[in-house]
Amino acid sequence: MAAYNIKIWRQNGPDSNGSMERHVVKGIDGDMSFLEMLDHLNEDLEEQGKEPVAFDHDCREGICGACSLVINGQSHGPETTTTCQLHMRSFEQANITEITVEPFRANGFPIIRDCVVDRSGFDRIIQAGGYVSVNTGNAPDANANAIAKPDADTAFDAAACIGCGACVAACKNASAMLFVSAKVSHLAHLPQGDAERHERVESMVNTMDREGFGSCTNYGECEAACPKSISTDNIATLNREFIRAKIGRIT
Amino acid sequence: MKLDAKIPEGPIEEKWANHKMAMKLVNPANKRKYKVIIIGSGLAGASAAATMGELGYNVECFCFQDSPRRAHSIAAQGGINAAKNYPGDGDSIYRLFYDTVKGGDFRSREANVYRLAYISNQIIDHCVAQGVPFARDYGGLLDNRSFGGAQVSRTFYARGQTGQQLLIGAYQALSRQIAAGTVKMHTRTEMLDVVVADNVAKGVVVRNLVNGQVESHSGDAVVLATGGYGNVFYLSTNAMGCNVTAAYRAYKKGAGFANPCYTQIHPTCIPVSGDHQSKLTLMSESLRNDGRVWVPKELGDKRRPEEIPDDERDYYLERKYPSFGNLAPRDIASRSAKEVCDEGRGVGNTGLGVYLDFRDAINRLGEETISARYGNLFDMYERITAENPYKNPMRIYPAVHYTMGGLWVDYNLMSTIQGLYVIGEANFSDHGANRLGASALMQGLADGYFVLPQTIADYLATMGASHERLPIEDEVFVQAEEAVNNRINRLLNVNGSRTVDSFHKELGLIMWENCGMSRLKKGLETAIEEIPKLRKDFWANVKVNGSADNFNISLEKAGRVADFLEFGELMCRDALAREESAGGHFRAEHQTAEGEALRNDDDFCHSAVWEYTGDDAVPIRHEEALKFDNVKLATRSYK
Ligand SMILES: Cc1cc2nc3c(=O)[nH]c(=O)nc-3n(C[C@H](O)[C@H](O)[C@H](O)COP(=O)(O)OP(=O)(O)OC[C@H]3O[C@@H](n4cnc5c(N)ncnc54)[C@H](O)[C@@H]3O)c2cc1C
Ligand code: SF4
Ligand code: FES
Repeated sequence: MAAYNIKIWRQNGPDSNGSMERHVVKGIDGDMSFLEMLDHLNEDLEEQGKEPVAFDHDCREGICGACSLVINGQSHGPETTTTCQLHMRSFEQANITEITVEPFRANGFPIIRDCVVDRSGFDRIIQAGGYVSVNTGNAPDANANAIAKPDADTAFDAAACIGCGACVAACKNASAMLFVSAKVSHLAHLPQGDAERHERVESMVNTMDREGFGSCTNYGECEAACPKSISTDNIATLNREFIRAKIGRIT
Repeated sequence: MKLDAKIPEGPIEEKWANHKMAMKLVNPANKRKYKVIIIGSGLAGASAAATMGELGYNVECFCFQDSPRRAHSIAAQGGINAAKNYPGDGDSIYRLFYDTVKGGDFRSREANVYRLAYISNQIIDHCVAQGVPFARDYGGLLDNRSFGGAQVSRTFYARGQTGQQLLIGAYQALSRQIAAGTVKMHTRTEMLDVVVADNVAKGVVVRNLVNGQVESHSGDAVVLATGGYGNVFYLSTNAMGCNVTAAYRAYKKGAGFANPCYTQIHPTCIPVSGDHQSKLTLMSESLRNDGRVWVPKELGDKRRPEEIPDDERDYYLERKYPSFGNLAPRDIASRSAKEVCDEGRGVGNTGLGVYLDFRDAINRLGEETISARYGNLFDMYERITAENPYKNPMRIYPAVHYTMGGLWVDYNLMSTIQGLYVIGEANFSDHGANRLGASALMQGLADGYFVLPQTIADYLATMGASHERLPIEDEVFVQAEEAVNNRINRLLNVNGSRTVDSFHKELGLIMWENCGMSRLKKGLETAIEEIPKLRKDFWANVKVNGSADNFNISLEKAGRVADFLEFGELMCRDALAREESAGGHFRAEHQTAEGEALRNDDDFCHSAVWEYTGDDAVPIRHEEALKFDNVKLATRSYK
């Protein structure tokens, strides 16, 4: 059982000023997840009649993309995983007892309260074209078209993005390029995505700009922070798709 | 309460087609005049909202997460069933239908299950067309694997992330409709009541979770796609936000609640490690394709697993169920694990665990193949337990996972309230007393993409395009809003000394002890006495900090736990009344000499449907008789 000095971001609402608040959290076991440590802190706060720290989370299995904390300066903390899959043994083993916790900060992610941010910009980027236009109804037999395994695998690797936004929080420019490229690349590698590939990439990139995300200058921090190991190769794919779309328009 | 299942006439293979022909249609030009409110954006809700939007209806969709993409469906790992028979191993619509009815221990409605099996193939076609990246073989065609309760390979999968990929497909279709303006999406918004006038659904009251605003929405029909209630046990494999509120509120407004006690306890979850635990993690059932389940033969054998030679291991599933072996259905596998642990042969520090061992599969196929099949699950296991499952067997134990019970619906998926539809895990659905693996995703998508959009048209068409919607200024809305506000204020004003979580944990323990894997009359009676006491204590001593007009996580949780505190009692009443063992409902008084579940078809071949009669009053139990014309009512055997 260990104790930690926690510095955590508190902010009452979108328009209030925020600041770091200090707490000591005791009785923490290495098998506890990071969020269970915060549950423990919140339970203490509530018993003292104070409001708990708000943070987003739901599945706690590393798949829904809700959890979103910057821990000791890193999106999702020191390991390549989501905040909810980080365990306290990671700090115990490294003898780290000082922990700072902040929200994912970015122009495109305004703070709602404490460590909760508004990531609806991501939804609007998908609405701009991150889909295949097919209505429910008479799709052809699923095995009518074979898809070569390498293509299927590349598409899958890109489709594994959970939309958490860690890439944006880690990027100096707060760019959403890795997220956008993951979707573009997923659909560009499948025949189903072919018909709309030009409009898709243009519209998604334009929406990204409009939503206040920065531009990509190839720092590569996004890939390092991504819990699903989405590769920056997808950004190269996106750039290629984007150029093809532009050329497609000219000729 | 009248229960008319409205099962269409005719042979089972033709019922759905005939019914589709017989139903009224809404003229395309008139569709936008109908407003449909959909609560939930999981597989069921998102697929329904997207399809209704495509058809041209005016849809409003709500979810409590910050994005529809985060609904709990995202967490499904293993796969989705369909009767494609691509492997050519003898599968068919009839066989999928038969397996599902049998798996459900003959407590589901034949006609619905047949329709589900029929639609399963269309789902796969549609999802592939959307770009869902299912696993493929080297020839580029779709790959299948096996799940419990089946002797064919009919499960389509996407690595260990099938739910994620299917949900993203539905979410993208939904996003397309949001962009097209046919669907208006309200995220971070929680439904707190259904508005009902003369037993007709008129709309909902919701709370904006960001600014606390309570508001009403009026619609021509309301669809609940709000998922399951496994979190009544506090610890479960469900996401933290899963709750019973929407379904329970509908029950209190007159919707019958069917078989609330039917709970699925999943056999392969990571065992509980301490009281700090906030949730349990599932290890997909697909692991049982290659993993072998065992415990030591000797009581209290404390040797490390690798030190125990094969002839001193009890591969109890293979021993007891030679033809299904490690792929016995979930209820049977869970109960068997509990049995060996109760005997004192469980493993790990707590003794509440059994081994799931990949040694033989790794020797046979190599570590690489195993890693390609289950890599992400192995990684997740190691991350949580700090043990390497390639070297040591996994330790697993059953945990609450899915709820077969839910709001009663007829063949059209309409509840006992007119115009209130229920889809996905929230309805009592097609799984009877036990759901087979990979069939919840199938059901959610069948309901949302293919069934509801057809059946709801019949209801809407009856209204006529010039119908009037009840304005939200109407007295029924005003009263419903006032009741919601009063309850919120009541929660904030108790100002006691106990946290919401402490009540939730205590309820969870009562439920797990008395209404969990094995149930006894005496335990259930105790629970029915204890839960109301705990509820009283909650309303006298709970502490909810903060205010109503802000983002308030304590208040959100308090409302959900308050509903669980009423609903838990209903589950126990249902379990007490069902004097038989069926599927996931195991009444220890009713078992065979070998410890298998003993059904009582003479008295309980029915769904139990509960009608609310007032707070603290005993609800009325109704019955929908189940008829089996196409499947012989038999004792389930997996031997
Ligand atoms: C860990 C895990 C693994 C699983 N694996 C499989 C598998 O491999 N194969 C399989 O077939 N099944 C699997 N299942 C089961 C399956 O995932 C679920 O049954 C299914 O996804 C439920 O879908 P749904 O759309 O009904 O509900 P959900 O996905 O739970 O969605 C519920 C929606 O309702 C909303 N909601 C709820 N209450 C309210 C409210 N009051 N107000 C507003 N919105 C509300 C939520 O925001 C959410 O959008 C698994 C389940 C778990 C827990
Ligand atoms: S690319 Fe990675 S970091 Fe960015 S949203 Fe997707 S999963 Fe998260
Ligand atoms: S809570 Fe779902 S990914 Fe962390």
